[in-house]
Amino acid sequence: MLARKGDWVKIYNIVLTSEERAPQVPEDTSKVPLEMWVKGFITEDGKVGERVEVETVTGRRVAGELVEVEPCYDHSFGKNIPEILEIGKQLRGILFGGDC
Amino acid sequence: MEKDMSYKGVMGRSNEIMKNALGIDYSRFEGEGLTFDYEKMMVETGYTLEEMIDIQRSVGVGNTPVLELKNLTALARKYAPEGKGARIFLKDEASNPSGSFKARRAANAVYHAKKNGFKGVIAATSGNYGAAVASQAAMQGLKCIIVQECYDSKGHGQPEIVEKARKCEAYGAEVVQLSVGPELFYTFLKLLEETGYFNASLYTPFGIAGVETLGWELANQVKDMTGKYPETVVCTNAGGGNLTGTARGLRKIGAVDTKVVGASVNLKGLHMASDTQFNKKSFTTGHTGFGIPFCTWPDRSDVPRSAARPLRYMDRYVTVNQGEVFYMTEALAQLEGLERGPAGNTSLAAAFSLAQEMNEDEIIVVQETEYTGAGKHIGPQLSFARENGINIHFGNPAEEIPGESIVLPEDPRLIKTVDLDMDKIRRSLIKNALATVSEVSGRDIEFLAEDTGSNEEFVMEVIESLK
Repeated sequence: MLARKGDWVKIYNIVLTSEERAPQVPEDTSKVPLEMWVKGFITEDGKVGERVEVETVTGRRVAGELVEVEPCYDHSFGKNIPEILEIGKQLRGILFGGDC
Repeated sequence: MEKDMSYKGVMGRSNEIMKNALGIDYSRFEGEGLTFDYEKMMVETGYTLEEMIDIQRSVGVGNTPVLELKNLTALARKYAPEGKGARIFLKDEASNPSGSFKARRAANAVYHAKKNGFKGVIAATSGNYGAAVASQAAMQGLKCIIVQECYDSKGHGQPEIVEKARKCEAYGAEVVQLSVGPELFYTFLKLLEETGYFNASLYTPFGIAGVETLGWELANQVKDMTGKYPETVVCTNAGGGNLTGTARGLRKIGAVDTKVVGASVNLKGLHMASDTQFNKKSFTTGHTGFGIPFCTWPDRSDVPRSAARPLRYMDRYVTVNQGEVFYMTEALAQLEGLERGPAGNTSLAAAFSLAQEMNEDEIIVVQETEYTGAGKHIGPQLSFARENGINIHFGNPAEEIPGESIVLPEDPRLIKTVDLDMDKIRRSLIKNALATVSEVSGRDIEFLAEDTGSNEEFVMEVIESLK
């Protein structure tokens, strides 16, 4: 995917490789790198997977691998959790005797 | 010469970077051995209560309502012995500009940064504090960077943390997201060095002093409403600043008989820096994974001396389970018409149980709420847990195993706090302190007695037992 100069993008960097990680990290964590994601406006045209530079909203220039063009949020209220519906029913029953 | 930007190189410059980024020379408060002058630090670098109230009022922070939870009180009384069941009140901190009490800490930190000529602020946090700093920076015209631990190595993020990132960006902050690990501090230091911004740490004197207004306000409000100060205040406890600041505020107004109880979600057995366990927990704050380490060694924070020293002020420390907090979050919505939390409702779940031990004419205050929304709500959090293989079911919450199950109480009578052994926690702090010195003086013992909220006999006994 292509990003045009000025597009809002997300870049990626490895901050520390697994070999460089701090001695105190648990074993599972020490097997994976410390990764970082930053968003900003891309300073030149670039493609996903290429090394590019962005200017962040605070004006910092950061280089990294382009991983997403026009990143957005898609977190939500999740799937239906039937248990949640039970709680309200139970509590109203206890307190108001089913009249509410 | 080029600066050494390796992990070791940057960590080695930590003290110098911090000094520049805080404008505080902590060595001025250091005494001999283990000791440092906590009150001097709070007075000289903090603000008076009146100044803090003024600062906070000027940016719309504080003065949040106190609400009496009559239906939850009635519910608690159904399970309490005759004559028991204290009135439950709640301080609705979600009414602050950024949606949590953290606005109080951020208001002071950002004000201080601006006053001292910093162009921007940086905070390392995945929680409500990031949103609070971003909101205050927007209001006070400073730049802002929030560094957050967000994803595991598969790139999966807790919905609650992702929501915090969104909120920070909504206030115009830059969000630097990292995978799991304590080396977040390394990235944090590099950013402080690169930008010259202020370290809006959660643990500076002004950050902690910012919460004093919360204790002061709630005591004042409860007295206005009922004619007396509350018997008990419950604080959700993580890094200890909430409890420390609130307790200091209570003392400053004169509510010296009010008991201060810390409450954390029990996450026993989960390692906070573990990549594979990161998404097995359903609480990103207010849990024992922060609560216990910060109680037993406050100076593990990102400043040389933490102003959050909860053991000095904590009368009792209880835990509740994840299922209990989720249940009470739903109860607050269904019975009181208040959709808040969930993490902030840790103290609500605790208060529901503690109220049943207290007399009917007594008052217990839940001292905070937080905003809720997509990602940060019991729906998505339980949904995420289920996707991560956590077994969610009704039953006895005492049987919950963090990282494996979330047990929602099958009946509200099963909501029961579990007391932590305060002396064990105090012992642990003393042991951690002793590991940093070769010998202990009388002054050290006096200091440790203060720092653990105990007495010199207790400290000496512990020291003897450790020999």
